[in-house]
Amino acid sequence: MGKDKDVMSSNAAVAEHHHVAPGDPPHIHHMDSKTAYGAAKLGMWLFLATEVLLFAVMFCSFAIMRYYHLSEFHDASHHLNLKLGALNTAVLLFSSYTAAVAVTKAQRGDNKGVIRNFGISFACGLIFLVVKTIEYTGKAEHGMFPFVWNEHFYEYKNFLGLYYCMTGLHALHVIIGMAVMYIYGIRPAMHNRYSGRYYTPVELGALYWHLVDLIWIYLFPLLYLVG
Amino acid sequence: MAAHSSSHAAGGEELNYLNWKTGLWSWLSSTDHKRICFLYLYSIMVFFILGGIAALIMRTELATAGPTIPSIVKDPHTYNVFFTMHGVFMIFLFVVPGIPATLGNFLIPLMIGAKDVAFPRLNLFSWYLYVFGALCGGIAMMNPVDTGWTFYAPYSTTTSTNVSLMVFAAFILGFSSILTGLNFLVTIHQLRAPGMTWMRLPVFIWASYATAVIQTVATPVVGMTLLLVIAERVFGAGIFDPTKGGDPVLMEHLFWFYSHPVVYIMVLPAFGVVGEIIPVFSRKPLFGYQMVVYSSVAIAAVGFIVWAHHMFVAGISDFSAKFFSIVTFLVAVPTAIKVFNWVSTMYKGSISFKTPMLYAMSFVFLFMVAGTTGIYLAMLGVDVYYHDTYFVVAHFHYTIQGGAVIGLIAALHMWFPKMSGKMYNETASKTAFAMLFIGFNLTFIPQFILGMDGMPRRYYDYPVEYQTLHTLSTIGAYLNGLGYMFALLNLAWTAKYGKVKAPRNPYNSKGLEWQTASPPPHENFDTQPVVTEDPYNYGTPHHA
Repeated sequence: MGKDKDVMSSNAAVAEHHHVAPGDPPHIHHMDSKTAYGAAKLGMWLFLATEVLLFAVMFCSFAIMRYYHLSEFHDASHHLNLKLGALNTAVLLFSSYTAAVAVTKAQRGDNKGVIRNFGISFACGLIFLVVKTIEYTGKAEHGMFPFVWNEHFYEYKNFLGLYYCMTGLHALHVIIGMAVMYIYGIRPAMHNRYSGRYYTPVELGALYWHLVDLIWIYLFPLLYLVG
Repeated sequence: MAAHSSSHAAGGEELNYLNWKTGLWSWLSSTDHKRICFLYLYSIMVFFILGGIAALIMRTELATAGPTIPSIVKDPHTYNVFFTMHGVFMIFLFVVPGIPATLGNFLIPLMIGAKDVAFPRLNLFSWYLYVFGALCGGIAMMNPVDTGWTFYAPYSTTTSTNVSLMVFAAFILGFSSILTGLNFLVTIHQLRAPGMTWMRLPVFIWASYATAVIQTVATPVVGMTLLLVIAERVFGAGIFDPTKGGDPVLMEHLFWFYSHPVVYIMVLPAFGVVGEIIPVFSRKPLFGYQMVVYSSVAIAAVGFIVWAHHMFVAGISDFSAKFFSIVTFLVAVPTAIKVFNWVSTMYKGSISFKTPMLYAMSFVFLFMVAGTTGIYLAMLGVDVYYHDTYFVVAHFHYTIQGGAVIGLIAALHMWFPKMSGKMYNETASKTAFAMLFIGFNLTFIPQFILGMDGMPRRYYDYPVEYQTLHTLSTIGAYLNGLGYMFALLNLAWTAKYGKVKAPRNPYNSKGLEWQTASPPPHENFDTQPVVTEDPYNYGTPHHA
């Protein structure tokens, strides 16, 4: 092939990087930090989109099932504990606020602030799960829970089936979100990893936590209020 | 040409991605997109073979009316198990990861001038997810599933076979597919070389982009649907099971919302492959580059609103049946645009009939059969007759085998020199192609006729009047299988023992991936490539 001015040009920064010898680490760091930040953010937003679609299936099923069993949905919804649901909503909303503050702290290089604020969000997640467990246990005692169905509540099954699928998957997301905040937020911050130049994991962790909150913001009125 | 690689191994052989590290663990722990391509390639081939064996067992059983091989296919249930195994293995474990996870992994960074995909570790994690899903699927076959690959409720929610584990496997495989698609989307957005503008991207990249969008957007829907099937089975959630007030048609809607777009996941990358091969071997620019690009995007977009054409007889309303029929016709428009563009590219080109080109041309032919028979099935009245007959089976296989699988084999030949550093054997490859092409048509042309004559799909037995066509189809299937075996063994053997070293750019292609060494170094390019012109400038003074 002739003079291929078209495809290659030398680039000092890259040329320095290209020399490969056996034993070199795999090229994890194969892009500059600005590109890496953009890539990570785009990747996270796409992932959040897939999460929304995951829940969309259940929202869609809920709409269809509610159309078929309107009065049963209405009655069954009254069996949920509105006060505990409202409490959990408040807890999650507040935890989303502290998660947002944690990002600002990370951007300012305030690692202690990251630990403090993610710590509060983490604790809120824990409270949410405890409250959810109390709700589930109450349902189980009344025979409105998988495996211990009381046939008396047979007609609530469609509503409750979806209720457990939706809140169960959401609770799983709460647990994952807490793990993310600990592993990618709190623990690195303990080693002062974050600065104004590098705070991507904190931002992505907070984004994920906002999604967890956002889904609940739709679940609460749908399940507890509208029914 | 750019500076050649200056790195050498101790023996004097040039260092490349294949030899710069050795040992099994260096492969299993590699985040190099080129090595991950091979991890996928070997794993999907296992399931191609298993799914192929299941298909041959079915075809053997159907060779004559009445029981043909009662020692293997004991009863109709066993037959159901084999077509389920064929469907699940071929769809979820072979064709869906098929081109994207193998060639997509290998080519996307090379074609856009990047060192790797955006998230190399996530890429390797996707493969491990695939392996985990495959293991679950394999274990599920201990108490073999007999629902067919569609897992339709209420049968899937009531049968005693191992449906829960099998759909969980499909969920995990879906997760793997989502992460691969997400990785590719970010890679194409963020890591294009300087000068590689969107309208200079090779059409394979555009096809992979459209594919990745579908993977990312459609797969979560089926994933959740399958989890709900498990919920239905485990604690009777009452969503899909009609005896509990659920709606099985809802399950079909949600299933096809993914599973129709998924056929575009399978076939769009093959469109991309053909779009790469035809200009190189015609020595002409790709005709109507922009239209090819937009048609890929259009297929992905329209593909999302046609799903209920699988359900014309499932009890959907007249209005939705008409709507889905009309939009299904729309898919033919961008598809036909592609076919016209490929043919126009060949027109007055100086065509060389190398193996990849033969596969690409056969793809165009087979896909036209697939497309035109698809029009039959989009027609409401006609589909009521053809629904669940062998006509649908034949149409589907012309699309997926004639499209996606032929596309994969074409791509494996096309980029074989780049991947292995050796040249494939032209005579052997062409022989394999002939066997495969004749075998394929012999298998499925009789099935079109069988379908027209009213032979339903998924039947273990049939009246003796159908026997001649069934026997022909079985003979074709064996020839087809032998062709695949020959083609793949030939490539595998050449990769290991072949003597002819591949030059950097054996086809004199303009593609960026051909401007680096064969096989490429670990870091893909010795220097950062910069792109200054369109991808298919063949026939210009510099590139005869």
